[in-house]
Amino acid sequence: MADKIVLEIARYSPESDHEPHFESYEVPVKREWVVLDALNHIKDNVDGSLTYRWSCRMGICGSCGMMVNGEPKLTCATFLSSYARNGNKIRVEPLRYFPVIRDLVTEIGGFMQKLKKAQPWLMRASNDQLSEGTYLQTPEQLDRYKQFSMCINCTLCYAACPVVGLDPVFIGPAALALAQRYNMDSRDQGAAERTATLAHPEGVWGCTFVGECTRVCPKHVDPAGAIQQYKIAAVIDWLKSFVTPRGRDAGSQAGND
Amino acid sequence: MSAQCNWQNVLTYSSAKALVGKAADSPYGRNLSATTVHQIPFAFQFRGEENVRVWRSCDALVAGRSPGVSVEASSHDVLLIGGGAAGLRAAIAAAEVNPKLNIAVVSKVYPMRSHTVSAEGGAAGVAKPDDSLDEHAYDTVSGGDWLSDQDAVEAFVAEAPQELAQLERWGCPWNREPDGHIAVRAFGGMRKMRTWFAADKTGFHMLHTLFQTTLKYQPISRYDEWFVTKLLVDDGVVRGVVAIELMSGRIQAILAKAVILCTGGCGRVFPFTTNANIKSGDGMALAFRAGAPLKDMEFVQYHPTGLPFTGILITEAARAEGGYMLNKDGYRYLQDYNLGKPEPKPVLRCMELGPRDRLSQAFVHEHYKGRTTETPYGPVVHLDLRHLGEKLINAKLPFVRELCQKYQNIDPVRELIPVRPVVHYMMGGVSTDIHGATPLHGLYAAGEVACVSLNGANRLGSNSLPECLVFGNRAGKAAAEFASQQEIGNGAVLAQAADEENRLKSEFLNKTGGHERIATIRTEMQTTVEQSAGIYREESLLREGLHKIMELQERYQDINLDDRSHTFNTELESALELGFMLDVAQSMVASAMHRTESRGAHQRTDFPMRNDEKFLAHSLLYRNFDGSARVEYSPVTIKRWPPGERVYGQQAQHPDAQAVQRVS
Repeated sequence: MADKIVLEIARYSPESDHEPHFESYEVPVKREWVVLDALNHIKDNVDGSLTYRWSCRMGICGSCGMMVNGEPKLTCATFLSSYARNGNKIRVEPLRYFPVIRDLVTEIGGFMQKLKKAQPWLMRASNDQLSEGTYLQTPEQLDRYKQFSMCINCTLCYAACPVVGLDPVFIGPAALALAQRYNMDSRDQGAAERTATLAHPEGVWGCTFVGECTRVCPKHVDPAGAIQQYKIAAVIDWLKSFVTPRGRDAGSQAGND
Repeated sequence: MSAQCNWQNVLTYSSAKALVGKAADSPYGRNLSATTVHQIPFAFQFRGEENVRVWRSCDALVAGRSPGVSVEASSHDVLLIGGGAAGLRAAIAAAEVNPKLNIAVVSKVYPMRSHTVSAEGGAAGVAKPDDSLDEHAYDTVSGGDWLSDQDAVEAFVAEAPQELAQLERWGCPWNREPDGHIAVRAFGGMRKMRTWFAADKTGFHMLHTLFQTTLKYQPISRYDEWFVTKLLVDDGVVRGVVAIELMSGRIQAILAKAVILCTGGCGRVFPFTTNANIKSGDGMALAFRAGAPLKDMEFVQYHPTGLPFTGILITEAARAEGGYMLNKDGYRYLQDYNLGKPEPKPVLRCMELGPRDRLSQAFVHEHYKGRTTETPYGPVVHLDLRHLGEKLINAKLPFVRELCQKYQNIDPVRELIPVRPVVHYMMGGVSTDIHGATPLHGLYAAGEVACVSLNGANRLGSNSLPECLVFGNRAGKAAAEFASQQEIGNGAVLAQAADEENRLKSEFLNKTGGHERIATIRTEMQTTVEQSAGIYREESLLREGLHKIMELQERYQDINLDDRSHTFNTELESALELGFMLDVAQSMVASAMHRTESRGAHQRTDFPMRNDEKFLAHSLLYRNFDGSARVEYSPVTIKRWPPGERVYGQQAQHPDAQAVQRVS
């Protein structure tokens, strides 16, 4: 393991730059250091204007996603030592497919709107509201959606998804997985409400099942699995609609049995 | 050093494109001065074979207004500062009191980045027939070494189960028993199993459930990534804030009829903390500067099990599930510190399930005895989970295993986890009553930023998440009711806001000269606070520490920024946070110096005994007009539980202490 490594970092300030450029910084390699530690080292000691987001440094707040040597990564969970061989460099860029505000900071307002479009809240038929107490849910029922509830909104899957790159209106992996998280929750009765957003060319039918989202997900959420699951449910639902024309309710047969 | 940019395949420049997202998503309330929300155009767009990047133009930044024009302003009925569990719960409460209210959440991060997300172990609320509200109350009061206000504790234990059930109805994926009922686990200092949990990511699930639920409330809008620099106070009433929109650098007044601080804690004043980078005590300093008192700031909780270097927390649930604390000889050393006898299975309120202050103090004694292990990041002891087996660890403590593997490169299924005490939680904070109201009219606070006081001299694990819910709800309701009787602020506060804008420019962005680096002052502050106000304290070190912090405050005036730009200036943000932290550090050390007794997390080597005669009292630190501070004391509310001795361990022999029964 080399004791130093060069980081090539994409820099861009809209106030002074017409286009982005790379700057190189040599940083010490320590066994415990992750890419984020190196960025902090640079900001504290070399250039205070280096701009990036971070907060928890334990892989749960979802702030510090960046492209590291072309791969979407949480920089708090990416060790320098795994790159520090044979004079390798580490290239750090903002997450792909997002507008860039400055340096490594992306604009995620569009992503936030997509999350909201998934209607990610528990819906009940109005006459069925518990005013107090809790719903029952067995561990098995919990297991059916638990994996999809683990998303930290880090947006790595958007930076990995070629469909997001080609079609900015595609609602995207994390939002689809989140919708399916509620559809699969035994307490939820909102699957029909979410159909308009999900069973749509900008929804699940936009996905061409490349599977990159699942591969890069740091929390093993498996958005690709969620999307395929929903597609199957939607097709069954569509077929059913010929038998019983009312009540198209994709996802519900998976979630509310 | 500069390398050539290598953007290959730059094919087309597309036309300017409006920024969709944040601005459209967040209606900025009613605009007072005739300004519009910027739709920031993109100047051009690169398209590459694999890259589609849109780089934002700076034109929008300089187009806002000409010099001399008064500051921009928007207004709301209720304004939340902070979008963690307390802030979001308060926002929903306010919306439910009166759906016509215009409510906004302003936060320096997107809500789901808030530090609630890192909470692991669980949330306490009486849930099972063998438990009672009185027992939860007694555990909390004794755990807090009788410094908790018992009216606050009674309200808390009564409402915590309702709040946790409400979270369930909003969709929180709580762990379940086989029959579908809520499962609970044991936690340190609690005599019954009453801690609700969502694996070991309880805070994450609570925060995301709350955030996702707020999306359905139309009256709640958000200012995401806006940094609050000042509270606006007119005639003794808080009327709003001044904030910087990070993306554009725009400085704006956000007026409100009531303001609720929900900014969380301040662990970053210490060098080694479980707290996220954003935990710089902003709300405490904002309130203190505005004239509200800070209560019990000497009480800082060290969590006994943090990973060395990163400070990442290994949840107390790891001990509740049966983990052992071992010194370098492999000995369960807690048996030497009045915490009971070692048993193979965990016993409530004993040994590893003693309270956090006692466990952290025991570590220091082990270190003095030479029974800790030295590492490059200081002395450690070890947490042993190996005997629990892979299956249980994966089922109940998956995040612990993930954190150890990803950040420490060890596997707790087979190896010991090195741990040391790490600053975790602030018992003190902005003084409030049991409705979240501070002494300053129009200002409320809830969650870690506040001191109700529920936690007294030492918080019990799993009381802080329900505290956010119970007192977030209470503060939201109280603020909504207050707001309905108020008018929006007038010209006086806008003039104050303009002054604040000038200050930010003259002291930071347009400043000339200046020699100090932020990181240098921050590091010196952190070292100073740990040395003077760490696990054990004494007069001479505290006095020295206070002196040093005042020196750092002076040097802070000579700070220099590398970054003078308006766009997402994180260095300006760090500088402002450092200013807040210096005020918080000063308040901690000053409060610790004045409390000449030992109680809970505040241990004075020169005053080792608790002194109820003199110090069964809350410290209240006020800022004087000349910038100096003064300490006053107010009585503790004692209702049903008179001060007694904190006893752990021996209760294992007591009939009502029970061995932990595992929930399968």
